[in-house]
Amino acid sequence: MRLPKSRGPLSAWVRNAVTHPDPVDPLPPITTAPGSSLDDDDLQLALWMLYELHYRGFDGARDDSEWDHHLLRARREMEVVLERDLRQICREQVPTAEPERIVEQIEALIAQSPDSGLAEFIEEHADRAQVAEYLRLRSIYHLKESDPQTFALPRLTGRAKVALAELQYDEYGAGRPEMLHQDLFRAALRGSGLSDEYGAYIDELDAPTLASNNVMSLFALHRRLRGASMGHLAVFEATSSLPCRRISRGITRVGLPPEVSAYYDEHVEADAAHEQVALRDICGELVAAEPSLADDVLLGAQVCLLVDGHAASQLVQRWRSRRTSTLPGPTPEPRLWAVTR
Amino acid sequence: MGGHPVSAHGDQVRTTKCPGGPLLVRGAEAWEDKDGEVHPVTRPVVAVCRCRRSELLPWCDGSHKLPKGG
Ligand code: FES
Ligand SMILES: [Fe+2]
Ligand SMILES: [Fe+2]
Repeated sequence: MRLPKSRGPLSAWVRNAVTHPDPVDPLPPITTAPGSSLDDDDLQLALWMLYELHYRGFDGARDDSEWDHHLLRARREMEVVLERDLRQICREQVPTAEPERIVEQIEALIAQSPDSGLAEFIEEHADRAQVAEYLRLRSIYHLKESDPQTFALPRLTGRAKVALAELQYDEYGAGRPEMLHQDLFRAALRGSGLSDEYGAYIDELDAPTLASNNVMSLFALHRRLRGASMGHLAVFEATSSLPCRRISRGITRVGLPPEVSAYYDEHVEADAAHEQVALRDICGELVAAEPSLADDVLLGAQVCLLVDGHAASQLVQRWRSRRTSTLPGPTPEPRLWAVTR
Repeated sequence: MGGHPVSAHGDQVRTTKCPGGPLLVRGAEAWEDKDGEVHPVTRPVVAVCRCRRSELLPWCDGSHKLPKGG
């Protein structure tokens, strides 16, 4: 993919550092105020670019920039800021883990998390342009869907590893190239008249959406955070089936073709199974094998709820404020399913 | 729920009941519902609905989590 446009000193520094071979200037100071990193455009984009070097990279970037020590050091500085904020904002909601009740504890976090109203808005109110905007914002993740968690696979053992491999196999098409979820989303983009090129819409992503991508890479690329990675995955899968049905209905309502809703229909069915696998066979077994990871599993679970919920509610708020009609206002009542997608 | 897994190698089938949710089925080639209709299995693991509220029967679609009577 092409390099994103820079949004400030940090992302400009990364852009320069991935393209130029020689010693780069030191990273500009990170000025993000404590607690505000999820909304810091420049920081989130800079970190996203550094992570992207581990996935598909950029046209024009040095091929060896992935393991350049200047870049790794910059990544670490940004990660420290992000992780500090994540732990801080999750502290209140996350109870002390009880390893033998980890599945129930994750389900309780989901149940008490407010619904952003995004899926309901798409089902009932969004116009075609808003649905297209949603697809563009989600394209950055869905075109590499499940790839972050694959980085966590070698960090697991035994039953949890078997279950994660099983889940990833399904995400990657279960032996059928035409069912690779990343490519189902490419078909959805084409069916909507959008580009299916990897990373095409990166410049449109807001900070919270970039953050929701970055937390997955943060957790999966650090062996230390493997528990958080799997807690995040469990919530991601467990908050998908019901919202995907609503989104599919919205897509059909605005008149987009079946290949667009097909991605969401597949996820109604697949994620009903993935939810159980991720909760019980991955998180349950991981914590049974390594009880000391239980707190991080809950941290990852709550990060998914908060970060994805933040990105979703920002989008709904933008849409609502652009409309002048008599739409019902936001109703952040707790639901049994936290709508993030 | 009703129904049963179909497999030429019945001893390969593993099932797990999820409390309040579906039955996870691994290693089956199909699921035969109680009316005798056979639904092919295309995933490594499938979730069979046990609450009868799914709109995708025989598969679970998460509807078991919806408030009852809603
Ligand atoms: S068990 Fe999930 S919908 Fe019935
Ligand atoms: Fe998927
Ligand atoms: Fe999934």
